[in-house]
Amino acid sequence: MTLIDLANPTRFLALTTRVLPWLAAATVVLLTIGLYQAALAPDDYQQGATVKIMFVHVPNAWLSMFVWGVMSIASLGTLVWRHPLADVAAKAAAPIGAAFTFLALLTGSLWGRPMWGTYWEWDARLTSVLILFLMYLGLMALWRAVDDPSRAARAAAVLTLVGAINLPIIKFSVDWWNTLHQPASVMRMGGSALDKSFLIPLLVMALAFTLLFVTLHLAAMRNEILRRRVRSLQMMQASRIAFSSDMAAGSREDNASKEAGAA
Amino acid sequence: MTMSLGPYASFIVASYAAAALVVAILIGWVMLDYRNQTQRLRELEQRGITRRSGRSATEPR
Repeated sequence: MTLIDLANPTRFLALTTRVLPWLAAATVVLLTIGLYQAALAPDDYQQGATVKIMFVHVPNAWLSMFVWGVMSIASLGTLVWRHPLADVAAKAAAPIGAAFTFLALLTGSLWGRPMWGTYWEWDARLTSVLILFLMYLGLMALWRAVDDPSRAARAAAVLTLVGAINLPIIKFSVDWWNTLHQPASVMRMGGSALDKSFLIPLLVMALAFTLLFVTLHLAAMRNEILRRRVRSLQMMQASRIAFSSDMAAGSREDNASKEAGAA
Repeated sequence: MTMSLGPYASFIVASYAAAALVVAILIGWVMLDYRNQTQRLRELEQRGITRRSGRSATEPR
């Protein structure tokens, strides 16, 4: 099945029906393995057991940016290729991305209090991620504010692409500015700075959360397609009612004019 | 085997609990939304409002 085939929402629904149970099962298995490995990971020589927060914080932080990246590609699909499912994908991803970003901020804050002595600091990394969270909320509000999905899609696509400027700012904020947040320790030049005992559970958890996102995203896309079918059927129903009341009004007028003529 | 979480256990437990809660809310939202949309489509179809293709709107194939 190619990307063109998936442009047909009915085919896409058939695909999600087949794929979703397998994706959900794979997510549960990977999450179980990841959580087990995270529980067995040793304490850090400086941070102690609080290093375990990393196994939930980092995957959520990665996904907060990854989801916006997915939405940016979908936005290009809306504006450039006019793929029928592109705006469905972008709209469905926003609440999931917002939830992951919220978790990144919350778990980061809970990790920061024992390690930095504060829940929050207005430094470049934390502030740019907070801006990302607010952009997710703004995008969700925009989708709700405009009734017509195709008009909302174009406005949301432009906003998403403008917001993508924030992604490199988040990524390199720890290098460009002096921040309380530590610099990159996994994806960096010269390889990961993490020991395998931390790196492997972290990668398993990251993969598990990514699969969780893919599963939730496909399910949310399926829901969005069904929501649009509800909308179009409701519009058909409304136009039928309007048509039949027009007909009834027309026949009443005809009868009235005939009666007037007869009189 | 017991796992010792040290003096900051509450922060670690709160992080995992928050993640579990938010993920549960996401899963619940997706499942409830699916149920709502399929129910609304069935109600519309029962009222005789069908797609131009004549196929059921909840039918994936």
